[in-house]
Amino acid sequence: MSRREADSGPSKITGEPINGALPKDSPVFAEPWQAEAFAMVVALNERGMFSWSEWADALSAEVKSSNAAPDGSDYYDCWLRALENLLAAKGVAGGNEIDALAAAWHRAAHATPHGKPILLENDPEWDSRS
Amino acid sequence: MRASAARPRFRRMPHDHDHYHDNELDPMAARAKALETILTQKGLIDPAAIDAIVETYETKIGPRNGAKVVAKAWSDPAYAERLKKDATAAIASLGFTGRQGEHMQAVFNIADTHNLLVCTLCSCYPWSVLGLPPVWYKSPPYRSKAVIDPRGVLAEFGVSLPAETKIRVWDSTAELRYLVVPMRPNGTEGWSEERLAELVTRDSMIGTGLALEPQAA
Repeated sequence: MSRREADSGPSKITGEPINGALPKDSPVFAEPWQAEAFAMVVALNERGMFSWSEWADALSAEVKSSNAAPDGSDYYDCWLRALENLLAAKGVAGGNEIDALAAAWHRAAHATPHGKPILLENDPEWDSRS
Repeated sequence: MRASAARPRFRRMPHDHDHYHDNELDPMAARAKALETILTQKGLIDPAAIDAIVETYETKIGPRNGAKVVAKAWSDPAYAERLKKDATAAIASLGFTGRQGEHMQAVFNIADTHNLLVCTLCSCYPWSVLGLPPVWYKSPPYRSKAVIDPRGVLAEFGVSLPAETKIRVWDSTAELRYLVVPMRPNGTEGWSEERLAELVTRDSMIGTGLALEPQAA
């Protein structure tokens, strides 16, 4: 058994040249929201909101849907959508509620000075809702 | 580190106003914030616990855990036997336990059989011993090709096995996850577990690689 010598073209799986080098490790999460989405699922599973099998089914449905990117680059997009679907199915949070709050976070970000932490209270429409 | 403190994508407006239009959250980031807000308000998650989970997976759990398991199995036949019979308990005895109550099974590479892990369903992976999966493990090309053409997959990782070596593909599930125990390289007789663990790569425990040769470590 040996590692193979130089070969032609990059691997479709690893994206690395097929030259026997180990695939480079990328960071676990590409963006902070991915880490947040990941951790929310772990936390909700631990408190018993859903079993890990339920979660695997929900994630699998998103990963296999026709909306998913063929190269898997949107894995955490699928992850977040699967979480939204599960929360809707459990009656915890509906799509409209999430849409409204996401819009509020957008407005809050927009209204926050560069370099300052983005707080939901910075949403100009915040007072009217709370 | 507080990963959930939004790290916005800054977008400079082409002209300066005296009011602020500097920050934009990307759509997925805004949705994640929205979910976190709702779940926190409902008392279903604790932001501090979310941060702790992120930190654990970013810094504390990774393939070094699995490497310790493999190195111990290489140097301690009684441990290897326990690992074969009840991997969940043998791995837990080193302090590595799964958060989702999943069971573990160790699959041992031997001279005529090589083992390869995949999750065709989504991305089930032995987190407790390997951390979070690499990007390629979650990709559709790997998930489909590992089953259809495992030898071709190995070639893409630079691994070629003798034609007579059988390749067994193990499809992980939410309840049962696998760990490949690669073959111990020759020329490592008398090595300590710590030194042996250095030879155990993440990919060798997925089956897309082999343990490093002593001179390569």
